[in-house]
Amino acid sequence: MRARWFAGALFGALALALTFLTLPVVAILVEESPGALVGSLDDPGVLDALWLSLRATLTAVVIIVVVGTPAAYLLATRRFRGRELVITLVELPLVMPPAVAGVALLAALGREGLIGGAIEDAGLRLVFETAGVVVALTFVAAPFYVRGAQVAFASVDRSWLEASRTLGCGEARTFLRIAIPAAAPGLLAGLALAWGRALGEFGATLIFAGSFRGRTQTAPLAIYERLGTDFTAALALSAVLVSVSAALLLSIKLLSGRWAFDAVH
Amino acid sequence: MRRLRIRLMLALLLVTALAGAGCGSDDNDSSSSKGGGDLVVSAAASLKTALTSYGEGFTQAKAQFSFAASDELAAQIRKGAKPDVFASANTKLPNELFAEKLVERPTVFASNRLVLAVPANSDKVRSLEDVAGDNVSVAIGAPAVPIGSYTRTVLAKLDAGTRKGILANVKTEEPDVAGISAKLQQGAADAGFLYFTDVEATNGKLKTIELPASLQPQVAYGVAIVKGTPKREAAQAFVDGLLKGAGAEALREAGFKPPPQ
Repeated sequence: MRARWFAGALFGALALALTFLTLPVVAILVEESPGALVGSLDDPGVLDALWLSLRATLTAVVIIVVVGTPAAYLLATRRFRGRELVITLVELPLVMPPAVAGVALLAALGREGLIGGAIEDAGLRLVFETAGVVVALTFVAAPFYVRGAQVAFASVDRSWLEASRTLGCGEARTFLRIAIPAAAPGLLAGLALAWGRALGEFGATLIFAGSFRGRTQTAPLAIYERLGTDFTAALALSAVLVSVSAALLLSIKLLSGRWAFDAVH
Repeated sequence: MRRLRIRLMLALLLVTALAGAGCGSDDNDSSSSKGGGDLVVSAAASLKTALTSYGEGFTQAKAQFSFAASDELAAQIRKGAKPDVFASANTKLPNELFAEKLVERPTVFASNRLVLAVPANSDKVRSLEDVAGDNVSVAIGAPAVPIGSYTRTVLAKLDAGTRKGILANVKTEEPDVAGISAKLQQGAADAGFLYFTDVEATNGKLKTIELPASLQPQVAYGVAIVKGTPKREAAQAFVDGLLKGAGAEALREAGFKPPPQ
């Protein structure tokens, strides 16, 4: 009896959470007829925005993985003074409002920012350029991956790593051949979160990089621009963005589930 | 006993869910006027300085403002948001909402003028012609926002060479005046088109380059009481004050001119 009411309560809570979290997503898809949604995607501005979102988030994710993976490995496997501080600093963008991230990036890398002048002298333009979008996305999304990767590396059995070294593999080979495959499901989960966050980024991109079709106007910015004039187009673009994000999350979930299965068997 | 516990549990779940739902709708719908005696005013971002100071001295009700781009605010009203007053940076949007029977008959309460704004510490742009020059970054408003549509009206009156030069230099189409102003203040953009009052509001960070009178669009601000407001009287007092009284004074203080005759 006791077990039954508790199970009921758990079920009820999940049902409530599910309803609350999916209702707005459903509303995006059913508010307009599918025909109207598809029709409003015909706008070249919409396609430009989606294409830019795809390119910019992919670039950001590659940068995040290449730099973030070894950094997270170090944080997970070494103890050193100030480690907690370093971890806090790396995770800080997680709790930063996007507007703060945008203002901070302008203050650091803008033309009159801390090192913005030096960057411009080196011939690199960020503000109002696609490169600036990538910078904003990387800044906001990187902590999601690094945090996930750090946890994944930390839960790899240390004896595997030691065995690998004992058997004559160097540090680098142990990292590449043992640590990364063992941590792969966690790394992928972190990657999915970071990618999703980057796809949805709005505030930091607008404040730091601006909004210009084909160059800095990502899908969320295009949605915002259409809100006032063409709500149907805003809905259509939202529907595409939600579908892409859902497909991304789901495929990585399936992939990492399979990976974990293979690792066991 | 066990029954009671189940009921309590369910009630708790329901309350939590409802509280969650309540929070959610508060965020999106800050302009809806349920409960409380606040007068909710949806106003164009460019009215921020003037209306905030008017609101502080407004006694009939506590005025609560939601400042954003006029087109966003109009879209919210079309989607069912119910502020008590809608003040727009043009007359087109209030007139449209009036035709759609969402607001009462609008009144024109102020006028503004479009200027070329540049960072105060920069000499890169000294005239409209300079804006078309090499290596100049220009920030303008998106086409749907009043500031963006006025800007395009001005550009359309220029000779083709200057217009093309300026358009080629446009690096960002911002969703509201605050975005344009910020990009100029930070020095990211060298020039932008803003309302005179926006430049005034930066306390010297930006400076104005006046546009010739022949290019100047008529920038008139319209205000309307939203239909069905439970605070009709306070709303009317608020609108009256904009035309004559404390609101009109606050508008002049911020650099707005009386409505065009």
